[in-house]
Amino acid sequence: MAEYLTLLFGTIFVNNLVLSRFLGLCPFMGVSKKADTALAMGMATAFVLTLSSVSSYLASTYLLKPLGLEYLKTVTFILLIAVIVQFTEMVLHKTSPLLYKVLGIFLPLITTNCAVLGVALLNVQQDHDFIASALYGFGGAVGFTLVMVLFASIRERLDVGDVMPSFRGAPIALVTAGFMSVAFMGFAGMA
Amino acid sequence: MTDTAYGDIWREGLWRNNPALVQLLGLCPLLAVTGTAINGLGLGLATTVVLLISNVTVSLVRHLVRPEIRIPVFVLVIASAVTAVELVMKAWFHDLHTILGIFIPLIVTNCAIIGRAESFASRNAPLPALVDGLAMGTGFTAVLVILGMMREAVGYGTLFRQAHLMFGSGTDWLTVTLVEDYGGVLVAILPPGAFLGMGLIIAVKNVVDARTRGRRKAAVAASAPALDGQGAVP
Repeated sequence: MAEYLTLLFGTIFVNNLVLSRFLGLCPFMGVSKKADTALAMGMATAFVLTLSSVSSYLASTYLLKPLGLEYLKTVTFILLIAVIVQFTEMVLHKTSPLLYKVLGIFLPLITTNCAVLGVALLNVQQDHDFIASALYGFGGAVGFTLVMVLFASIRERLDVGDVMPSFRGAPIALVTAGFMSVAFMGFAGMA
Repeated sequence: MTDTAYGDIWREGLWRNNPALVQLLGLCPLLAVTGTAINGLGLGLATTVVLLISNVTVSLVRHLVRPEIRIPVFVLVIASAVTAVELVMKAWFHDLHTILGIFIPLIVTNCAIIGRAESFASRNAPLPALVDGLAMGTGFTAVLVILGMMREAVGYGTLFRQAHLMFGSGTDWLTVTLVEDYGGVLVAILPPGAFLGMGLIIAVKNVVDARTRGRRKAAVAASAPALDGQGAVP
């Protein structure tokens, strides 16, 4: 039990997907202009990430390994992720129009979010079992959402700030992310 | 296609529409592996090869694939190319493959590649698509190497360390030591250095662009003075 807690804490803070593993930077830079859209994106990602983390674990353990087809993992995982995203979109569309309205536009973007594929690959690389895979996906997504919302809140302030012309837009955002990353380095060694 | 069109493709890829600097695509591998220049070069070349294969393949099948299913087809093409590149690297550049780790399979989700497949390769003949892949790949690699050099110089005080990973043993003479007995600034190699370095590079590009625009405006104003005698509006 304790080791699972350590893993969860570690994936949220110490090995944060965005700030220390550099995964999922496209939505991190692209969809972080407003805090509420960042939260919606984070929630959509959390759902897909947990589901894909578990199913890619199952596919790799019960399909690829027995057949000796590990070299096909990239192709298999990306197909699985695309199917899960499509499936999520269809289920949301049918069952909850409200949730679909909030999360819908972000769902197609998640297929090319490298955090989702990255977590699936890291699970294989680090020999996680079923529960660890699920926790790794969920914890990674929570960490992703946390950083997205924090970053979006800072960027809302930055918009009204007086920034040097050459640093306006992407450069100042990257520098801000750099300082956030420095702050998150403070968690190093805690788990 | 005329020569000027190819020139345009190169200008787009290297500067005006550089995938990393302007479109901010493929940031994850860009920031993750640029601890040293050689690592950056390795991933840049791998990405370029994938881009070439996927651009040419997508261009060849562009009339066969129905528009509704084009995205899954593109993704499969890219994933197959990445798998091939990964196996090649595992066989011949094993140490580099170990260092770059999951960022080689993650080339699949580099949005720059599917972006080129969608916006260029699926609308053009194979040869321009090949050139476009080469130009975009070179632009991306250049940014990777420059960021890698910056971080390595500040972090280790060297350039092109561990050259044997890329060029085989006996090529470590390529390593340039900038400062002897350098203590090293750790922050440049750790994640924050990547964000800060990339921010600086884009800022420099913005400054250069602003200068060129200013100069072009001045040239236009000098060659064609406005009729009211006050020159071009600044």
